[in-house]
Amino acid sequence: MARIAGVDLPKNKRSVIGLTYIYGIGRTTAQEILAKAGIDENKKVGSLTDEEVNKIRTILQTEYKTEGALRAETQMNIKRLMDIGAYRGLRHRKGLPVRGQRSRTNSRTRKGKRKTVAGKKKAIAKK
Amino acid sequence: MSRSLKKGPYIDSRLLSKVEVLNKTNKKQVIKTWARSCTIPPEFVGHTFAVHNGNKFIPVYIQEAMVGHKLGEFAPTRIFRGHPGLKTEAAV
Repeated sequence: MARIAGVDLPKNKRSVIGLTYIYGIGRTTAQEILAKAGIDENKKVGSLTDEEVNKIRTILQTEYKTEGALRAETQMNIKRLMDIGAYRGLRHRKGLPVRGQRSRTNSRTRKGKRKTVAGKKKAIAKK
Repeated sequence: MSRSLKKGPYIDSRLLSKVEVLNKTNKKQVIKTWARSCTIPPEFVGHTFAVHNGNKFIPVYIQEAMVGHKLGEFAPTRIFRGHPGLKTEAAV
């Protein structure tokens, strides 16, 4: 069982892919790490020796920011934008797209599920 | 695309010279400006700018964390007052 950076890695996957289960590690970073540790990318996670796992662990801890620390950093950056009152911060606050995308339609990732607003006719009738 | 590093950040030279005069004399004064695209250099920290938003001047006090941003980022040009036809939601 390989437990790295607080995440259980899937046993039956190749180690390059297995490492990407850690937040902050993608395919490229995984390749780098394995190259540095001198481990074959195709070796299954389950068959890694304790020594190899420890090697990966030390490389991760010394050279990369992952999981909680990385999430905290991202949150801090967003918070900074909100605190100084920059336009990007305002967009974060409102949950709208930050980088100038259209919001008349689409942008559902940021806005979440559609909230249907009662039809215009009804609103006038109520008034 | 980001700006070429060779050129350095875009800083409105007139604005910078005005700020330098203020820094030398240790005075604080609100500076009216239309230069929304001007990057904020460290010299601007502590000054207040009245940044034009196309309609009026929005006072912006420059904090340390704002360095590297542009003046226009702190003077929004649009006001969203809610959707038309939604009378129940009070216009903010």
